[in-house]
Amino acid sequence: MSTITTPIPTVAAPYVRSRSGASFTVAARATARRTILQFFRTPQVLLLATIQSAFVLFLFRYIFGGAIDTIGPVPYVDFLVPGYLATTFLWNGMSSAAGIAEDSSSGVHDRLRSLPIPRTAVMVGRSLADMALTSWGLLATTLLGFAVGFRTHASPGAVVAAFALILAAGYALTWVFITLGLVARNAQAAQSMAFLLVMPLTFVSSAYVPSHSLPGWMQPVADHQPITPLVNAVRSLMLGGTDAAGLGHTTTYWVAVSLGWWAAITAVFAGLAVSRFARTR
Amino acid sequence: MTPIIEAHGLSKRLGRVRALDDLELVALPGRITALLGPNGAGKTTFVSAVATLLRPDSGELRVAGFDTATEPRRVRQVIGLAGQHASVEPAMTGRENLELVARLFGLDQRASRTAAAEVLERLGLTDTGDRLVRTYSGGMRRRLDLGASLVGRPRLLLLDEPTTGLDPRSRMELWDAIHRLVADGTDVLLTTQYLEEADHLARDVVIIDHGRVIETGTPDQLKDRAGRNVIEVRPRAAGDLVAVEQALAAVATETPRSDIDSQRASAAIDGGAEQLAHVVRLLDERRVTIDDIGLRRPTLDEVFLALTGQSLAPSGPDTEPAADAA
Repeated sequence: MSTITTPIPTVAAPYVRSRSGASFTVAARATARRTILQFFRTPQVLLLATIQSAFVLFLFRYIFGGAIDTIGPVPYVDFLVPGYLATTFLWNGMSSAAGIAEDSSSGVHDRLRSLPIPRTAVMVGRSLADMALTSWGLLATTLLGFAVGFRTHASPGAVVAAFALILAAGYALTWVFITLGLVARNAQAAQSMAFLLVMPLTFVSSAYVPSHSLPGWMQPVADHQPITPLVNAVRSLMLGGTDAAGLGHTTTYWVAVSLGWWAAITAVFAGLAVSRFARTR
Repeated sequence: MTPIIEAHGLSKRLGRVRALDDLELVALPGRITALLGPNGAGKTTFVSAVATLLRPDSGELRVAGFDTATEPRRVRQVIGLAGQHASVEPAMTGRENLELVARLFGLDQRASRTAAAEVLERLGLTDTGDRLVRTYSGGMRRRLDLGASLVGRPRLLLLDEPTTGLDPRSRMELWDAIHRLVADGTDVLLTTQYLEEADHLARDVVIIDHGRVIETGTPDQLKDRAGRNVIEVRPRAAGDLVAVEQALAAVATETPRSDIDSQRASAAIDGGAEQLAHVVRLLDERRVTIDDIGLRRPTLDEVFLALTGQSLAPSGPDTEPAADAA
């Protein structure tokens, strides 16, 4: 078979045209847009995620709810919904970890890493997109919460603060899921790892039941993991104080403890994710 | 002329394997260079090093004159990578995928749109450009992926087993697309375990195995250098294959081989026409009727066999290469 010899054009200017590479902002925005399109154009995922989280809410509101003793005058639905709102993004995070692992094993990350862009921007874009999706999910679960009978008597300012805190936690957790996705070998492994993380974090906490109703050995675990202070902070903000929520300490205490946790988690996992993605092995 | 790729003493250990072992390679601009080798030869490792995804343990690697270790960003401005998987986003249209990569290359919105339209046109995807990629066939995805690596107009295109897993027609279409690129002035480094592909596409072929370069040259030079012409005989009766082998053994430099399916026996020889005449006489003496006899140049597979003592595609040149090439 003949070989093809082509005349060598001198390295022509058009080929070098504006290949300087995208700026940090442009790169982050472009990669974020991809993740968001991916999500909204896969309606099955969108629908299933919503149905799944509605299922958890109904399960506790109507099936287990009757058997759970809360404290004092607070109806279980008012106790449950703040905890539920504060933890739903954990469940959504599983698909985020799987998505990252998929991008990693399918060569998407290789292509992105071969482009003249700041590699950090790819991770920041991803985290912002996941954050947007978290906010979207929070909106859906909030509507669900009201639909099953949740009512808040707290000031609008306190409610806004509660949502802000949930989003801050959501952002921190985004980095945890990104890290999991980068470490996992494939999407399924990432999903399983995320599940193993999410299950104990949500159930061994004060999200669905008062932590003092847990077995004695489990209580310290529940009290010293990041979800419990978050749930307690959100609950006391939404119910109008720690007394109404049946919690010790003040609202400020719980907010401060949560903020400490999430700041630390963001710092550690954002660092891990970025350095893992950006390094040249 | 600055080489587009220049590797000296390149080594990389991945776990226990020496994926690259003191590799020396120079690829010149204006042509397609094929990296040919079996699974695990180090082809993908080399491409990853060129694409600045992997840092060699030792040695020097320059792309278009830029050092991959100290000027990775300059290197990334020069290359376009199409890996082994079609890494386009299924939930976006073909056009959106190309525009995304164009944006990342630093083109502004309008220039990205123009570049994407241009690439769709060149790859014959204009009609399907506005469909979601999840509706594309495997061949179309591969072509779009090639497009994504092109949209930034790289000087050097890196194609890692571009046609693995494609049906013959899609493979031909992709080959055509690659040919057109070189005519445009883009340099190409492609890896393949398809001899046919290297033979068809490449001006220069670099045969590698165990992370080292074994031989370099044009397909013709390699065939010359591996030296031996091959006599191939097709007897009328399959039962005569053994007799043919015996006749061939008289002139062959190594044991003749038979292929029952195509009913051919072949053997590498040192000389040329006089050996052919000798074989014809021998067959005549043994009263073997033959349908066809000929002297041909070795295939790249035979070259590889001659150089390494190991066949490139163990189950014959027509087998699909395994997808998990390393």
